[in-house]
Amino acid sequence: MADLRSNLAGIRSPNPFWLASAPPTNSGYQVQRAFADGWGGAVWKTLGTPIVNVTSRFAGFNYREHRMVGMNNIELITDRPLDENLKEIAECKKAFPDRAIIASLMEVCEQKPWHDLVKRVQEVDIDGFELNFGCPHGMSERGMGAAVGQHPDLIERVTTYVKEAARVPVIVKLTPNVTDVRFPARGAARGGADAISLINTINSVMGVDLDSWNPIPHVDGKSSHGGYCGPAVKPIALNMVSDCARDPEVNIPISGIGGVETWRDAVEFLLLGATNVQVCTAVMHSGFRIVREMIDGLNDYLDAKGLKSISDLVGKSRNTITTWENLNLNYKIIARVDQKRCIHCNKCYIACEDAAHQCIDRVPRADGTYDLVVDESHCVGCNLCMMVCPVDCIDMLQVDTGLPSESWKERNAVATS
Amino acid sequence: MFPGKPIQKALSHLEVSIEANRCLYCYDAPCTRACPTHIDIPAFIAKIADGNIKGSARTILEANPMGASCARVCPVEELCEGACVYNTESDTPIRIGDLQRYSTDHVREHGIAIFAAGPETGKRVAVIGGGPAGLSVARDLRRCGHGVTIFEAHERLGGLNTYGIVPFRLSSEVALWEAQQVLDLGCEVRSGVRVGDDVAAESLVKDFDAVVLACGMGGVPRLGIPGEEHVWDSIEFIERAKTTGTAPGLGNRVAVIGAGNTAIDALTCAKRLGAACVTMYYRRGEAQMTAYEFEYDFAKEEGIEFRFFCAPTRVVVEGANVTGLELVRTSLVAGTDKLESIAGSEFIEPCDTIISAIGQSRLITAIEALGIAHDGGVVRVDDDMRTSRAGVFAAGDAIFEKGAREAMVVEAAEQGKIAARSIDGYLHGSTSSP
Ligand SMILES: Cc1cc2nc3c(=O)[nH]c(=O)nc-3n(C[C@H](O)[C@H](O)[C@H](O)COP(=O)(O)OP(=O)(O)OC[C@H]3O[C@@H](n4cnc5c(N)ncnc54)[C@H](O)[C@@H]3O)c2cc1C
Ligand SMILES: Cc1cc2nc3c(=O)[nH]c(=O)nc-3n(C[C@H](O)[C@H](O)[C@H](O)COP(=O)(O)O)c2cc1C
Ligand code: SF4
Ligand code: SF4
Ligand code: SF4
Repeated sequence: MADLRSNLAGIRSPNPFWLASAPPTNSGYQVQRAFADGWGGAVWKTLGTPIVNVTSRFAGFNYREHRMVGMNNIELITDRPLDENLKEIAECKKAFPDRAIIASLMEVCEQKPWHDLVKRVQEVDIDGFELNFGCPHGMSERGMGAAVGQHPDLIERVTTYVKEAARVPVIVKLTPNVTDVRFPARGAARGGADAISLINTINSVMGVDLDSWNPIPHVDGKSSHGGYCGPAVKPIALNMVSDCARDPEVNIPISGIGGVETWRDAVEFLLLGATNVQVCTAVMHSGFRIVREMIDGLNDYLDAKGLKSISDLVGKSRNTITTWENLNLNYKIIARVDQKRCIHCNKCYIACEDAAHQCIDRVPRADGTYDLVVDESHCVGCNLCMMVCPVDCIDMLQVDTGLPSESWKERNAVATS
Repeated sequence: MFPGKPIQKALSHLEVSIEANRCLYCYDAPCTRACPTHIDIPAFIAKIADGNIKGSARTILEANPMGASCARVCPVEELCEGACVYNTESDTPIRIGDLQRYSTDHVREHGIAIFAAGPETGKRVAVIGGGPAGLSVARDLRRCGHGVTIFEAHERLGGLNTYGIVPFRLSSEVALWEAQQVLDLGCEVRSGVRVGDDVAAESLVKDFDAVVLACGMGGVPRLGIPGEEHVWDSIEFIERAKTTGTAPGLGNRVAVIGAGNTAIDALTCAKRLGAACVTMYYRRGEAQMTAYEFEYDFAKEEGIEFRFFCAPTRVVVEGANVTGLELVRTSLVAGTDKLESIAGSEFIEPCDTIISAIGQSRLITAIEALGIAHDGGVVRVDDDMRTSRAGVFAAGDAIFEKGAREAMVVEAAEQGKIAARSIDGYLHGSTSSP
């Protein structure tokens, strides 16, 4: 049994799996069900002045027969009165004292309203605050959410307001709808944030109905851009987490969010530098019970790797991400087909022929089929054929070029010296 | 209505979606190579997956004018599905036939017309036989704008699709819809007209710019045993069963002679019509059966019994009624495939009806009336379906030669396509006939 306990900037939880601030954390009823299933923490659905929602709020992005590869929403923050939420938070904390409850907050960018909100909320026993600077629709039009998150100085200022009043750690949740996420992250750090969490949802238009020509989803024929999340956004989230984790000016703990569905996803976030992860879409798809599989999987993984605790994972791959100029130009891999497992779909052939480097040959066999043979002297090792092969029978093999490691940067330095 | 459930059930929408998305969209796909009409299978399946069902049906029917019936009657295990890359230890092939049925059902059920006749050329072609081969020629000739008159001995079009293929595999409704698609392109039909009897073959050659012989094959040949006149012809039996849903006088115990696909059809038809005890008698062994393995399996599932190494010698008749079939035991001469009867081993199997399914005879009269060369009733054609006589073409079972091609609807469709292309060339004078 490995130690799954996590500690994000002083916020402790029995495992690194938190529910992100979203519909699954709308109410005490839900959060208690989640805790009963094993979730380590929950970021409450964002509190603030209660809003009015529209109906027809979500849409799924399906890829072939896979449903909800991505998801989008045009929902706003909580639509329930603050008192009610606070009462339920207190009940949850009493029932599950070992779990982390974080209050997500949103307010207009003025000192007094923020002080008032923070003070009121921390009257109940909470473990931390998360500042929602990420909601990409509706709230941003009213000068909140992503409207703040896109301005590093505003983030800094509001974070300062909150820190002035807060008695518990403050996490700043970042929007991905920026060109370089390190700038808002640095703003949060300058404002004194104890941690950052990312990503919130990505601006998206899910689609257009081919018969009515209405957007999807539509509210009486109209829609606004929504926020995109779910498995499809994981690579974007990983990149942003990695950027923040490597930035010396950020240098505060990270809660990773975006497309986490299994323990495997969580491990990737941790390896790149997140201390814990938050989950929304996967729960919306399958319910709270998925956390049991996540806990089991993480445990077994750590045991199999001989690791004692999740802190042995955090950041272990952080420095494997660098800039392109540092990559070894003399590293070479090539594709090789295992003829025994090949089912002769020719997908690798046409992919390389039409979209890569024309170096897979179809060599006729006596039985009328073909051997798929890679012309190894021309293969550039791009991986495409391996990616399209439906039976994983193409291996990318490293070949020894006999040359020492040399990056573009090093090569240029030699050339110019 | 014919009793019993159809062999094949339409896929549900979910099954269609899963199956269509499972297809790998292979390049130079082996399934397409294995289809005698070379339907672009990955393309038609991709169109199902992307929601263009009409386009999917067009891809199918463009290549195969009998695409709707083929979806039901093709021995897919031997053709497209047998070649699918998913034939591995752990996977099952894509259900190509079922997906093909889905797309063609869509256009059938929604009354979507896909093809249109070409601009009229003023040329006229006589098509003898309105089965799969004749209909395929007719459709493609109409698309080229040539006038078509179909001479069909039966009342209705479709050939064996309408009258011969067991109803639990292919309903005549689908067969007739498919024929109607061809007629909708503007063909003249002379049904109930047997060329040779009702109209002279020679007059067609004179009156039309080209003639296609697509008359298929005939009934079951003679067994050559005493009491033969009491034996039913399997093709006629299936036709009657299919058109009326009954078989008066069938009785409880039915003996079927032969071990090909038609024998299986007669056996399973008889069983479904209520005969309690239906038995196949074959003079060779299980290993020599010509029926497809999946057909044999189907017959076993239907509760058919099998007797091997026995040959019929006499029909036992009491009064006007059949009471049994006398057979003699046979064995293979060691080391050869020759058969010999074992003297004195005769035995009588009690039965009420005997059905012969030992093959199909040839329509030699029609062939000779056209004055075209044949080999024992197999019309001789070149690769372009040209017979020995200029302007006369042939396709389908009429040119079926044991061992060379298969007698299948899909082959008839392909040959019909080729014949139409060839006739079009001939009528435009670009190809000269030998
Ligand atoms: C019992 C049985 C089951 C079969 N099952 C299958 C199966 O499951 N799958 C498969 O692929 N194939 C099957 N076949 C084979 C398939 O039916 C044939 O290969 C196919 O129908 C051949 O088409 P065709 O147009 O050449 O001949 P046919 O379908 O025989 O059509 C010929 C037409 O010509 C007409 N005709 C004949 N002589 C004249 C004349 N002188 N004048 C005018 N009209 C004439 C006939 O009435 C008939 O309508 C089966 C065959 C049989 C007998
Ligand atoms: C319907 C919906 C509502 C959301 N509401 C909020 C919210 O109120 N506050 C917030 O900080 N994030 C909100 N989010 C963003 C999620 O917390 C999370 O950052 C995002 O969905 C990415 O994680 P995922 O890929 O696991 O879903 C919402 C997401 C969804 C799908
Ligand atoms: S790795 Fe790229 S270049 Fe090499 S064979 Fe595969 S597709 Fe072609
Ligand atoms: S993609 Fe894989 S299975 Fe398909 S032909 Fe290439 S190596 Fe064989
Ligand atoms: S071989 Fe199978 S998987 Fe490949 S295109 Fe044909 S049906 Fe699809």
